Amino acid sequence: MEFNPLLDRMPVDRLPSLRDDAGVGERPRYREEAAFKIHGGCGLMGICDESGTLMEGEVAIRAMAVQRDRGNGLGGGYAGYGIYPEFPDHFCFHMMYHDVQAKEEAEAVFDRYFTVDLAEPLPTRAVKGISDAPLLWRYFLVPDPHKLENAEMSAEDFVVHVVMLINSSVDGAFVASSGKNMGAFKGVGFPEEIGHYYRLEEYEGHTWVGHNRFPTNTPGWWGGAHPFTLLDWSIVHNGEISSYGINSRYLEQFGYKCSLGTDTEVAAYLFDLMLRRHKLPLQLACKALASPLWSEIDRMPEDEQAVMRALRSVYGPGMLNGPFAIVLGFNGGMVALNDRIKLRPLVAARQGTKVMVASEESAMREVLDAPDDVWAPKAGEPVVARIKGMDWPIHGDLHLSAKEVSCAVTGVDACTDIVEVS
Amino acid sequence: MTTTTTGPIEGYLRIDPEVRLEGDVATIDAKSVYYKNMNEAIRGAFAEGAKKVVLENVNGQRYIGTGIKGKDLRIDVHGCAGQDMAMFMDGPTVEVFGNAQDGVGNTMNAGKVIIHGDAGDVLGYGMRGGKVFVRGDVGYRVGIHMKAYEDNVPIMVCGGKARDFFGEYMAGGMLVLLGMNTRFPEGPLVGGYLGTGMHGGTIYLRGEVEPWQTGKEVGIFTADEEDMKTLQPVLAEYCEAFDMDLDAVLALPFTKLVPVSHRPYGKLYTYL
Repeated sequence: MEFNPLLDRMPVDRLPSLRDDAGVGERPRYREEAAFKIHGGCGLMGICDESGTLMEGEVAIRAMAVQRDRGNGLGGGYAGYGIYPEFPDHFCFHMMYHDVQAKEEAEAVFDRYFTVDLAEPLPTRAVKGISDAPLLWRYFLVPDPHKLENAEMSAEDFVVHVVMLINSSVDGAFVASSGKNMGAFKGVGFPEEIGHYYRLEEYEGHTWVGHNRFPTNTPGWWGGAHPFTLLDWSIVHNGEISSYGINSRYLEQFGYKCSLGTDTEVAAYLFDLMLRRHKLPLQLACKALASPLWSEIDRMPEDEQAVMRALRSVYGPGMLNGPFAIVLGFNGGMVALNDRIKLRPLVAARQGTKVMVASEESAMREVLDAPDDVWAPKAGEPVVARIKGMDWPIHGDLHLSAKEVSCAVTGVDACTDIVEVS
Repeated sequence: MTTTTTGPIEGYLRIDPEVRLEGDVATIDAKSVYYKNMNEAIRGAFAEGAKKVVLENVNGQRYIGTGIKGKDLRIDVHGCAGQDMAMFMDGPTVEVFGNAQDGVGNTMNAGKVIIHGDAGDVLGYGMRGGKVFVRGDVGYRVGIHMKAYEDNVPIMVCGGKARDFFGEYMAGGMLVLLGMNTRFPEGPLVGGYLGTGMHGGTIYLRGEVEPWQTGKEVGIFTADEEDMKTLQPVLAEYCEAFDMDLDAVLALPFTKLVPVSHRPYGKLYTYL
C-alpha cells in the first residue's frame, strides 16, 4: 500500500465528548483510492432563485456540461438545497463507504448518537465513464436529546463533532454532506456524468452549486471531489489554497479535523467557524478570507482601517492565500467570492429573481435564456443571493459601514437597529 | 419549479455543424457544437474559398479564429465568444456581436478584433500586432506584456472601465481606455497596479489616475497635442466600428503613461 504523507500527518485522536466506545478504528483505507496525483483548472457554478422557486438539478448539470473542458474527468459534484422537503428538519447525511465494514462502523456511530428515521441507498444509475463508485447511502437523522444534553452542545455542534469523528476515524467512511434539506452528490468523473449518475434531474432545489475538477495538488478520489460541505454549508472552489497548512492548524484549535486530503475542505470549515460559531457579518468573513492588501488598508478611512487591521490580526491564520474563486451554498442563499487579485475567473448574471455565477459566461447563457445583466464581479467583493422569506443564517447583511461592522463585532446594543440579526 | 429547454444535457456535441455557403459567405450554426468541430468547419470553409464566415448561436466555444492567417478573411460571431479567441491570429478580422470571455487576442500577430459587448480577463496578452477594439468593460490583466517591433505595433482600445494590472509588464504598442460604455459608472476608471513593470509602449487614459494606482516604473503626463495627433486616427477608427461620436470621446483630456525606466528588472535576475 502506498502511503500518502499528507494523510499521515492528520491527527486521528477522537474528540473527548464522543470518545467513549464509539466502536470505530483508525485505518484510512481511502489511501487505496487516492494513491496517485495528477498535475494539471477547475470550473464551477452556482444558481439561486431568490423567490425560493425550485429548479430541477438538470439546471446545474447543463451549466457544468458547457464547462466540461475546464476539468479532466477526475472530479465532478453538486449540492442542492430544498431537495428533501419531506424531511426539512432532519440532518441528512450523504455517506460514501469503501466497503460494508465501513458502513457498519459508521452506522454504529449513527445509532449511538441519533435517531435514524430513514436509511436508504442513494439512487444512482449506470453511466458510461463512472466506475469504482463507493457504496452511497443517505440517512435522515435526529440527534439523541439525551446525548445532546450530556454533551452540552447545540445540535449543529453535535453534528460537526460526529462528522469529524467519522471522517477522521471510521476507516473507509466519508461524510459527503450533513445539512438539513440539502445534499452533496459528488465523485470521480466529468460533472455531467456525475449528475446523470446521481439522477440529479429527479431533485428540485432553490439553490444549486456545481463543480468540475482538474486536480492539481491532491488526488482525484470520490471523497476529494467538490463540493466540500459541513452542516448546510457547501463550497465549490477553483484554485489552490497555498495556506492550507496554517488554515488547517488554526481550524484544529476549534475542533475541525481536515481529513479529506483536498485544500478546499478548510474553506468550508472556515465559513462554519466565522459565520455560524463566531457570528461574523458576511462582509467581514469575506474580508477575512480575501483580506485587502496592507497598501489598500492604508488608503481606507481611519475607522475602517482599524477594523481591517483588527480583522487581519485576529483572523490572520484564516486568510486564504493563493488563487481562488469559490461559491458558498446554504439554506437561505448563496455567496460567491474571488481572491483579492482575481487569479481565477468568476462571472455573475441575474435574470428576474435568479442569481447565477460561473467560471464562464457561457454556463449562464446556457441556463438563463435572457439574462437581465451579466457582469464580472470585483475581486474580493462577494456576489450575494438571498432567498426571500427564508431564514438568513448569517449575522448581519452584506453592506455595512465600518461603524456598523464594529458594532456587530463588539456586540454593542445601540447598533442592533442597524445591524440585522437573524 | 422551472426547467430549461436550451441545448443538450451533454453540453456540446461532437458533431459537424451545418455549413451554408452563399457566394463567398459561409454561415455556420454553432449551437451546441463542440469547439473542435466548429473550428474545423471554419477552416474548411476558408479552404474552400469563403472570405467570410458567419457563426450563429455561439456560446463559449474556444479558439475562434485561432492561428488563422489571411488579411482579407472575416469572421462574424453572434453570441458569447469563448476563451482564447483570435489567439495567434495573423490577419483576419473577427467581429463579436456579444461579449467575449477570457484570453482574447492572446499573442495575436495581425488583424483586427471588434467586440460589441464586454471582454474578460487577460485580454490581448502578449499581443504583437493588430488591433483589438472593445466597446464595453474589460477585466483584470488586460494588455499585459504587449510588445512592438518595427512596424508591428499592437493597438488596443477599451471603451469601458478596466480592473487591476492594466498594461502590466507592457513592452510596446498602444493601450487606450475610455471609461465610457460601462456598467460600473460609479467605479474608478481603472484599478491598481496600472502599468506595473512597464518598460515600453504607451497607455492613454481618458480621465485621470491617482499616483498610487500606477507602478513605480511609470510616469504620468497629460497627453499633449503631439499625442492627440497619434491618438486621433485610432479613436476615429474605433468610433466608426461602434458608431460612436468622436467629439464626445475627445471631450475629456487624456492622461498618458509611459515607462520612465528601461528594463526595470534587468538587474534582478542577471549578472551585469
